Amino acid sequence: MLTRGRRRTQVAAILGVATTGALLLSACSGSANGSDSTSGASEDFTYLSFAENTSIKDTLTALSTGECSDANSQAKLKIDNLAQASYDQSIQLKAGQGDLPSLLASGNSPQIAKDLNKSGALVNIGAELGEMGLDDAIIPAAKSTIEALYDGQVYVLPTEFNVEGIWYNKKLFADNGIEVPTTWDDLVAAADKLNAAGIQPFSADGKDGWPLTRLVGNYIYRSVGPDALAKVADGSARLTDSDYVEGAAKVADLGAKGYFGPSVGSIDYTTAVNQFLSGNAAMFYMGSWILGNFNDPEANKIGNDNIGFMPFPAVEGGKGSADQLAANVGVPLAISQDRYDEGSKHWLGCIARNFGAQSLKDQGVITGFKVNGDVGDVPPLTQAVQDQIGKTTDTVLWFEALFPPRASTESQTNASLLVTGGLSPEEFMSKIQAELPES
Amino acid sequence: MTQVLGDRRTILLLLAPALTIYTLVILVPVLWSFGYTLFEGNTITGFEYVGLQNFQHLFSDADTREALSFTVRFAVVLTIVQVALGYALALLYVFVLKRASNLVRTLAFFPVVLPTVAVSLLFQQLFESAPRTGPVNSLLNLFGIQSVDWFGSSTTAFWVLILMESWRSMGFYAVLLYAGLIDIPEEMLEAARLDGATGFRLVRSVVIPLCLPVLLSSVIFSINGTLKIFDSVLALTNGGPGSSTTPLTLYMFQTSFAYGKYGYGSSIAVLLTALCLVVTLFIFRSARRDLTRG
Repeated sequence: MLTRGRRRTQVAAILGVATTGALLLSACSGSANGSDSTSGASEDFTYLSFAENTSIKDTLTALSTGECSDANSQAKLKIDNLAQASYDQSIQLKAGQGDLPSLLASGNSPQIAKDLNKSGALVNIGAELGEMGLDDAIIPAAKSTIEALYDGQVYVLPTEFNVEGIWYNKKLFADNGIEVPTTWDDLVAAADKLNAAGIQPFSADGKDGWPLTRLVGNYIYRSVGPDALAKVADGSARLTDSDYVEGAAKVADLGAKGYFGPSVGSIDYTTAVNQFLSGNAAMFYMGSWILGNFNDPEANKIGNDNIGFMPFPAVEGGKGSADQLAANVGVPLAISQDRYDEGSKHWLGCIARNFGAQSLKDQGVITGFKVNGDVGDVPPLTQAVQDQIGKTTDTVLWFEALFPPRASTESQTNASLLVTGGLSPEEFMSKIQAELPES
Repeated sequence: MTQVLGDRRTILLLLAPALTIYTLVILVPVLWSFGYTLFEGNTITGFEYVGLQNFQHLFSDADTREALSFTVRFAVVLTIVQVALGYALALLYVFVLKRASNLVRTLAFFPVVLPTVAVSLLFQQLFESAPRTGPVNSLLNLFGIQSVDWFGSSTTAFWVLILMESWRSMGFYAVLLYAGLIDIPEEMLEAARLDGATGFRLVRSVVIPLCLPVLLSSVIFSINGTLKIFDSVLALTNGGPGSSTTPLTLYMFQTSFAYGKYGYGSSIAVLLTALCLVVTLFIFRSARRDLTRG
């Protein structure tokens, strides 16, 4: 009786363990089978995008049914989205699991792509384009920006090419008798005048912080010279040096006078754009990607003709000049080495040849690609910016471009404190310096 | 049944599935994370053995100190506030509202079931100062006081966080403590009243000692919950302005996943675990002493 009972219990227990084991195994195998596209000539051409960025995916989709339909029939375009805020984490995990998509946004910080490239996960796009005879597909200004950002190599695609500067409301300037400032002192004088007239001089997204640190960076480039922040990155200068602190102090002064408006730390990107486009602020530092918003008559209440663009002004006695426009390549795209097959190759060639024209035509976004073919009517302000880019030979980067992610976050999260007086310029700079690797 | 459970091997076999799962999803990651403290790097760049360097950095890092100080300040203040408010509500239920407390109990408990992010967004709007003036600032303006940028300075942001968390959780502690209060025999209260104890004196000398175990459980719940606060801070202030409202949890998350330093992130996690352990042990010990005395 007892033995029979025990045997029955044992059988039941073993069955229990086996069932649980089977469940566990099936749960595991379910996730491992995620990509089921191994059959056929080429895998799908998967693109992992920032959920917030729609212009790149729309352009790729348009290409897939137009100029790149051949490539698309070989490797079908498939677009996945991830929120920008959690993007870097996901990319790290995917890279660790060897599960990178074919084409991917290179993350919030250039460091992510640098790390990926160091581990051999990325295709050397420069070399591949050379082999295809497409050496000139990326325009020189964009190429030099990419090289400045990524240790002299080209392993990303410039799906945007932006110059940055100060956009101003022509009418508000004219009403107050203000000439376009060419030096920092002129800029401050213009802001004084506007403020006295009851107009908020600058609109700025203090919540994200970077539009404020951009001003600090530009001032430093103008005063210390175009290699100022490369020197900080390689350790031959420190942000706590007095000529660097001056940049933070000048921007903090603007904040202390209330020139960024009340509660700048609570103003987000959209609100800052709206402040400028509804005529509530006279100036707005931003990159040329903002043209998309300017070209939207719904959002733009002041009218496109009423907006002017000026490069960040020179600093008297400084080593930099106003011709050196701040430039960036937005969030460039990288291609995964693991998934680089004939289909991906076909797509790369097609993107290099056609992305520039398609993006300008459909989205009004200026890219770092050479524009091949007819793009129809381009809005005058967009055309003016493109002309400015054409004239530009020297570009500078932005404040945090060469910093590791930790230092970038430190800079951007503390920016609103800098302009509201919560941190002194010295404290602000030393907080960032503390996160930079010592040479 | 006794025969079945009397057999060690059967017990082992029956426990095995649950233990396996527990080990796989809890113990292994915990030990794994502990192992990471000796390394630095992330899944892209690979890992490098650095010995105790992460722990050395932990003690010299100003940001860790700031996060630790915020965590402790926040936990202490919030525990006091939310347990005190909860207790006050529970007393209100039992001694003032009595049988009519159902509706108030439900209303006070309502914020507990709301999602944290929704509550955070609600408070963001309430305390907004720009671009729109939120209700709180409008009220201040009504009395001729200028708008306050609540999320612009660390002190005001801290108190908005405390207010939000208290509002969100006091209903929970009220119900918990209410259960302790209704356990007190009516005769004992009656006897105390006959002896002349009323109001505050009754609460202090009779009610509190009698429901001390429940009160202590509440404090342990509260302090452990508040030390590990994450979602509401992330949604309300995202650690700002600057990093002045960044608790250890958020700092650990940023270090590991935004800055790609898994090793240092794990070291911060170990610090947080040690902190929770010390605080809990401390409260347990003092609780045991009190009980034996009583």
